Amino acid sequence: MAIKVEHLNHIYGQDTIFEQYALKDVSLTIGDGEFVGLIGHTGSGKSTLTQHLNGLLKASSGDILYNGTSIYSEGYSLKELRSHVGLVFQYPEHQLFEVDVFSDVCFGPKNLGLEKEEIERRAREALQLTGLDESFYKQSPFELSGGQKRRVAIAGVLAMQPEVLILDEPTAGLDPRGREEILGLVARLHEEQGMTVILVSHSMEDVARYVSRLIVMNHGEKALDGTPKEVFRHYKELEAMGLAAPQITYVVQALRERGIPIDQDITTVAEARDAILAMWKR
Amino acid sequence: MLRDITLGQYYPVDSFLHRLDPRTKLFGTLVYIISLFIADHIWAYAAAVLFLAAAIVLSRVPVKFMVRGLKAIVFLLLISVSFNLFLTPGRAIFKIGFLQMTWEGVEIAVFMAVRLIFLVMGSTILTLTTTPNQLTDGLEKSLGIFKKIGAPVHEVSMMMSIALRFIPILIEETDKIMKAQMARGADFESGNLIQKAKAMIPLLVPLFISAFRRATDLAMAMEARCYRGGEGRTKMKPLCYERRDHLTYLFYLFYVIAVLSVKIVL
Repeated sequence: MAIKVEHLNHIYGQDTIFEQYALKDVSLTIGDGEFVGLIGHTGSGKSTLTQHLNGLLKASSGDILYNGTSIYSEGYSLKELRSHVGLVFQYPEHQLFEVDVFSDVCFGPKNLGLEKEEIERRAREALQLTGLDESFYKQSPFELSGGQKRRVAIAGVLAMQPEVLILDEPTAGLDPRGREEILGLVARLHEEQGMTVILVSHSMEDVARYVSRLIVMNHGEKALDGTPKEVFRHYKELEAMGLAAPQITYVVQALRERGIPIDQDITTVAEARDAILAMWKR
Repeated sequence: MLRDITLGQYYPVDSFLHRLDPRTKLFGTLVYIISLFIADHIWAYAAAVLFLAAAIVLSRVPVKFMVRGLKAIVFLLLISVSFNLFLTPGRAIFKIGFLQMTWEGVEIAVFMAVRLIFLVMGSTILTLTTTPNQLTDGLEKSLGIFKKIGAPVHEVSMMMSIALRFIPILIEETDKIMKAQMARGADFESGNLIQKAKAMIPLLVPLFISAFRRATDLAMAMEARCYRGGEGRTKMKPLCYERRDHLTYLFYLFYVIAVLSVKIVL
């Protein structure tokens, strides 16, 4: 049990006319080594929720426990929490500032007060994990492509060696190939490093293939929580929230409506292909 | 933390002050600011308090919201008050080393603080009740006479409105960048002055880059819509004075007479 959220509420602009419930009574537990997709429409509170998990935002009420200790308890070091729960923001432009890629990645571990050798070792390791080779180290982070910038931003957080990695819309604004690469990278981090990963997105298609659990947010509340298959069974409710199940779900449902006995829990094109072929052969 | 800055933010409610012509409000703010600087008597300040109170009530913006804007100038206020308190020559109240607090100092410090607070409150009310667009329109029209002597009135007012428009955007951006760096363990609060200044670099570099990028994007978008300055540009909603504006000007007149008579008589 890595992160436990209990009855979390967050209100923006309390006591003004701008007052707005961003989170309403959210409770959830994220276990060690899980790969969770956090999905919701724009303004559903998913980003607000992630910023609570590493203590950047303080809840109006409710509690968050990290490894059993409340992060709001007195004397709890939020700075230390942030090195355990790494959060990569949507736009790498918001964090890249150094003269070259390598020193930018060093920023995180440097803030942890480590030795110079250790800092550089971690930065090198993080850059290797994100698949950036040495030719990038001395380049300015501002001259890279969108996908490369995002890798540097992820490396910047990985260099702190967090136990939990949260990525806020890591694929926004990338072309299909860049998207594949980033998602593949995240999946690899989960598998090879055993990291707990929370992937925030508004695209079902993106996350369905990778995550083992989906949490759907709607209007600041937790709407659905379960495996992708369980969640996609509610495809009509998802639509009402302005989300959509993967396209293949609709194909499968349409086939079922015509009386073809295909498994309703199919979520990927590959699965659908196999199921249809199997029926064909019969 | 950064959300508390209200200067340059519009508060969307419908009120007498919101419906007033922006020129009336601009002129009122100007009169008010000048009156604060010529006022040196308690009764003149009483008039200023009344003026401000009337504006606050008519604006229907919660006072709490305006007071929050004052937080931004607390530091400035403290400096000016302490300088005036201790560095004004006159009859001493007490002495600590070479610092002495004087009666004259207390008087000036109090007036100074009141002036500053009223000044910020007054201009905050203007921006809280007037959208940046209205503000530019008002400015452009009020300063129209200077166009005749070749002053770039339209360009200047456009620049002003863009600057005002960008304040909340840049504040939000700063907030995001701060969070992104804090997520990497950056610390903006502790340390001495030099360490604090150094801690600002990871914040300022992305902020500047994004501000420049936004500026070029905006310029491109304006050009794409054939913007080429003020010449020949017409308005969808041209400004025109109404009854409430005339009434307000009458009120200004009374206020000016009140402040001036205090100045001359007392």
